[in-house]
Amino acid sequence: MIGGLFIYNHKGEVLISRVYRDDIGRNAVDAFRVNVIHARQQVRSPVTNIARTSFFHVKRSNIWLAAVTKQNVNAAMVFEFLYKMCDVMTAYFGKISEENIKNNFVLIYELLDEILDFGYPQNSETGALKTFITQQGIKGQLQTKEEQSQITSQVTGQIGWRREGIKYRRNELFLDVLESVNLLMSPQGQVLSAHVSGRVVMKSYLSGMPECKFGMNDKIVIDKQGKGGATDDAGKSGKQSIAIDDCTFHQCVRLSKFDSERSISFIPPDGEYELMRYRTTKDIILPFRVIPLVREVGRTKLEVKVVIKSNFKPSLLAQKIEVRIPTPLNTSGVQVICMKGKAKYKASENAIVWKIKRMAGMKESQISAEIELLPTNDKKKWARPPISMNFEVPFAPSGLKVRYLKVFESKLNYSDHDVIKWVRYIGRSGIYETRC
Amino acid sequence: MQEWANQLCENRQFGSKMTDSKYFTTTKKGEIFELKAELNSDKKEKKKEAVKKVIASMTVGKDVSALFPDVVNCMQTDNLELKKLVYLYLMNYAKSQPDMAIMAVNTFVKDCEDPNPLIRALAVRTMGCIRVDKITEYLCEPLRKCLKDEDPYVRKTAAVCVAKLHDINAQLVEDQGFLDTLKDLISDSNPMVVANAVAALSEIAESHPNSNLLDLNPQTINKLLTALNECTEWGQIFILDCLANYTPRDDRESQSICERVTPRLSHANSAVVLSAVKVLMKFMEMLPKDLDYYGTLLKKLAPPLVTLLSAEPELQYVALRNINLIVQRRPEIMKHEMKVFFVKYNDPIYVKLEKLDIMIRLASQANIAQVLAELKEYATEVDVDFVRKAVRAIGRCAIKVEQSAERCVSTLLDLIQTKVNYVVQEAIVVIKDIFRKYPNKYESVIATLCENLDSLDEPEARAAMIWIVGEYAERIDNADELLESFLEGFHDESTQVQLQLLTAIVKLFLKKPTETQELVQQVLSLATQDSDNPDLRDRGYIYWRLLSTDPVAAKEVVLAEKPLISEETDLIEPTLLEELICHIGTLASVYHKPPSAFVEGSRGVQHKRLPGSAGSGESVDSPETTSTAGVSDAPPAVIPSQGDLLGDLLNLDLTPTTAGPPPPAPSSGMQLGGMDLLGGGLDSLMGDESEPLGGDLGGTPAIGAGFGAAPAALPASFSAPVSGGLDDLFDLGGGVGMPMGAYSPPKSVWLPAMKAKGLEISGTFARRAGVIQMEMTLTNKAMSVMTDFAIQFNRNSFGLSPAGPLQVLTPLSPNQSIEVALPLNTSGPVMKMDPLNNLQVAVKNNIDVFYFSCQYPISMLFVEDGKMERQIFLATWKDIPNDNESQFQIKDCHLSSDAASNKLQGSNIFTIAKRTVDGQDMLYQSMKLTNGIWVLAELRIQAGNPNYTISLKCRAAEVSQCVFQSYEAVLKN
Repeated sequence: MIGGLFIYNHKGEVLISRVYRDDIGRNAVDAFRVNVIHARQQVRSPVTNIARTSFFHVKRSNIWLAAVTKQNVNAAMVFEFLYKMCDVMTAYFGKISEENIKNNFVLIYELLDEILDFGYPQNSETGALKTFITQQGIKGQLQTKEEQSQITSQVTGQIGWRREGIKYRRNELFLDVLESVNLLMSPQGQVLSAHVSGRVVMKSYLSGMPECKFGMNDKIVIDKQGKGGATDDAGKSGKQSIAIDDCTFHQCVRLSKFDSERSISFIPPDGEYELMRYRTTKDIILPFRVIPLVREVGRTKLEVKVVIKSNFKPSLLAQKIEVRIPTPLNTSGVQVICMKGKAKYKASENAIVWKIKRMAGMKESQISAEIELLPTNDKKKWARPPISMNFEVPFAPSGLKVRYLKVFESKLNYSDHDVIKWVRYIGRSGIYETRC
Repeated sequence: MQEWANQLCENRQFGSKMTDSKYFTTTKKGEIFELKAELNSDKKEKKKEAVKKVIASMTVGKDVSALFPDVVNCMQTDNLELKKLVYLYLMNYAKSQPDMAIMAVNTFVKDCEDPNPLIRALAVRTMGCIRVDKITEYLCEPLRKCLKDEDPYVRKTAAVCVAKLHDINAQLVEDQGFLDTLKDLISDSNPMVVANAVAALSEIAESHPNSNLLDLNPQTINKLLTALNECTEWGQIFILDCLANYTPRDDRESQSICERVTPRLSHANSAVVLSAVKVLMKFMEMLPKDLDYYGTLLKKLAPPLVTLLSAEPELQYVALRNINLIVQRRPEIMKHEMKVFFVKYNDPIYVKLEKLDIMIRLASQANIAQVLAELKEYATEVDVDFVRKAVRAIGRCAIKVEQSAERCVSTLLDLIQTKVNYVVQEAIVVIKDIFRKYPNKYESVIATLCENLDSLDEPEARAAMIWIVGEYAERIDNADELLESFLEGFHDESTQVQLQLLTAIVKLFLKKPTETQELVQQVLSLATQDSDNPDLRDRGYIYWRLLSTDPVAAKEVVLAEKPLISEETDLIEPTLLEELICHIGTLASVYHKPPSAFVEGSRGVQHKRLPGSAGSGESVDSPETTSTAGVSDAPPAVIPSQGDLLGDLLNLDLTPTTAGPPPPAPSSGMQLGGMDLLGGGLDSLMGDESEPLGGDLGGTPAIGAGFGAAPAALPASFSAPVSGGLDDLFDLGGGVGMPMGAYSPPKSVWLPAMKAKGLEISGTFARRAGVIQMEMTLTNKAMSVMTDFAIQFNRNSFGLSPAGPLQVLTPLSPNQSIEVALPLNTSGPVMKMDPLNNLQVAVKNNIDVFYFSCQYPISMLFVEDGKMERQIFLATWKDIPNDNESQFQIKDCHLSSDAASNKLQGSNIFTIAKRTVDGQDMLYQSMKLTNGIWVLAELRIQAGNPNYTISLKCRAAEVSQCVFQSYEAVLKN
């Protein structure tokens, strides 16, 4: 199991050091600093073995979090725990920075004591933790016996992510379908790989212990329902159903039920959380197509022409569009002409950055640039990194649609109809690249 | 989204704590003194501030242990925050101040009785972290109470505390019966308590490999599976990891567990997913392949594995290292998923390298075009390591997928045109391998390669180029000039290049003797006279002698046709792979090394193996076929077979040309205790049964083969164990004082040092006090220290297998011998051998795996209760058909019938009745083999005649020959 956990600043100074196991000594702190943080070369692996001690590290801005062990631990678990640790800290005091960590070091020790016992991760749901780890310190004394046992039963209970007795005047929930569409396209326009990784983020303000059921246009479900399933809402959307390659759920979702009936039922945590993640690869709507044209004119000049085409309903607007065209390292000057938006050559980033605020569907725009090169005798050819794109569109490129989210709370007197529900779709570019 | 972020800000709890960072700054003199004063202050706030300062100093590594008494004084407080801080301090310094730590005991004990469960848990949690013997004594009572606390939060904390205490004082935990309480917690109503109890028990069990601590039976498994649905994500990991250690009784149970585990594949936590994959991969071994469910399960595994690749990069890395193993074990799972392993421009380098590795493993005729296009793209990247690996990958594709070879070669030529130095060198190295795989096909490119001769500055590339020139000397007009140019700086070259150059010039000479005589003399003299390198010198001398004595033979040796190189290099050795599959998700799977390679102490020395491949008698057929299939996939290159000296010599010539790294086994220096070493080697060697085994194994068993050879001296191992107890006393009324005991042949050399890189093994078998032992002398006749011994038997007629690991605890230094007695049991897998008592053994050390076979005296298998009732004997004798009777002569034996009887009794051959007819003694005897086979015998001894006649009757007539041999051996010694 995890033998110790250290947090360093970018200089390698220790901010937090908590040792759980006897086999981890103080020298481990230095070993990591010397061999990883101060290493001459770039770190080649997130797991490092120094003198039979294994170090797992993740970096958040310029803060290093390292877990140390001498055993054959579950490596995936250690990394998941480190991420969780980051989430918990962010939930308590915001951004993970040296200043925030120093300001909250007592709290962090308290958290580390609670969520990691002898190196075994324990309940680390922020919702539950916040009921008894606070920075007020007094809470411990003011709790009644009932409160105390409520806390402990929640921390250890089956529904560790939600406490009882939550009340809202207005029962409301927000569903965000957030997708990131990834593309790798050949210069000839052939799709080398494309996939959408999506998340359904839910923010719930519901009273009591509501039982929820979430439905989407999952092909397997729709096909199973057969003709009877051709309901109105499914009929309206152009594409009836989508094939989901794989999905994962928040721990509140009853996985065995999903496995047997493919229905998604759960008691949600209070507030914001990620209900599910999914991945699709079939019939993806690629919102933009990039057509590059690079021509070398002699040894000192490059001509670049890039056309982008938007490929969605004309009534919709894409936003925050950015095209990044890499330039060779020996670029001496660039002239750019673009029809729409603004384009700039950024020497420090070795790229031409072309920004367009908004663009409607089924439109086309173009940029052309002349790149002057310094003559070099460097034999090594320019690697020609791909042209990448960023954007945001108000639909789900996977075609996913939320069909329903039903809420049942038998003990309290509100019904599914009383809950105000909001749904929105945002599609963003993930790694959206076209080779040139 | 913005409003959600605002919500987040409200939740922050800044308050007065904004200024805590100030504690990190003070470093003035007299600080300790000041802190002391503050700690003893009356004001609560001031005290708390002071403790915070102390903790901050502690964090940055300052020694604040001098404040121990003052901090402990602050412990008696109602303020929970202060209490936690003091506890934190205690955990850090109690060990250095054990006497003073006692001061804290009272508070702990009191806190364990506190009405607030949070405080009770805190106390028991902290107490377990204070590693002071005196405190642990006080801990027992509170811990006992807490384990039965009404509050689950306290119980789950106490469960972990048992593991802590065990780490400090294992004996205490056992004596106090905490382990049983912990076992009871597996049935607790609270899932988190169950999970922590499982975690604690698993860890404790790991340090007691043979204890039956985690007594996994269908009932407990069912409890665990129920808790699995309800506990936290971490608890699910503990439970799944524990489940993976279970071996289901049959395929049905295996399937039902798999069915209940598969829903976990949709969990958001990657570790839960990987641990579930581990359970499924392991239990799948037991499912019949024709089962529908087997196919369904295979299909279910791919999507979650792909999803892991959209996790954070660190987790992607862990996932990729695991997928690499999974792909080797079951290629069918990911075969359609090639695209997801395409490298993204801003993947971290460690992700890129791993993806590349998997791409090559998945490359097939169907997807090779895509793969090649990608690889070509990667070869122009920036990261040197990555580019090199990409170029190498192109070569590997050519070797793996024959149809693509031509395209690969032209891609490589394109890359050579880029003139990027390291790309060119890497390309030349792989092209050499392609020549080895497809001789006489692509030699037209040699001209292009030769153009780049001057730019090569890495030994591997130079050696590769020289090999090419030597190998194809007849097609390269100026081969002699090219090689001569290398010769100028001969002494500055690395050994690899020197050896290659020597061989290449000799090849050249044999091909074009007329023009190159001078050159060959030059290189031979450089190698033999001016070099300090023994390898080089020896090779030089051998060539020299060959050339001078018999040039035709030289031609046959040096220009012999080379075997084609294997398609798959760098595969993980199958047995190691099996072990690693059992460790999916853990560090072992990330390092691709068994835990013993990086974990100290007793932990992790246990070797896990897949259930089906254990080949236990009752297991279903299909896993057997899987494991053998896996073996036959394995190229011979993975486990180098032992060649003779000449073979080695030729190998010298070949080694640099085989692609890829050396076999992983020796380099990882692992201990392969219970592993199936033979899985890879012997099984495949055994494939061709018609061939004599001796030849297959490189002649090893021909040496003395143990049993038949007449012993030179009286065996020293003639000890007298109390073998039969009372029975013996009654039966042997007359034979008092006779040395009795099972016959054991003297030791003979099983594995000569020559065949085993300096390891010599001689040994014998003995039955001592009812236990079969293999007694060996291991002698290190090599120059270097040998460690990490392990032994494994191939299946054999009576299921002999080691009852424990080979106990060679200290490294064996050169010229040192060590005596080892390995207890054996007969519960291993059974396969009929020829001869029946033949045993094939693999011994492994840090250097290599060695195979030998030996024969054991069957008398060793005669059990103590082999005495048959007279009536039954008579009935059985009649019952067994006469066809099963065989008669033998034992010559030159001068024992009286009583003496013979006594002697035989020592080896569990029991005389049931004696009859004397016409001066001929007839002894009726019985013996029983470990597997329950009875052998009946009639021994006829004529007074004055040294030749005995023996008739054997047995339902399994095959054993008679061996039994006769045993008779002879026992009687004559």
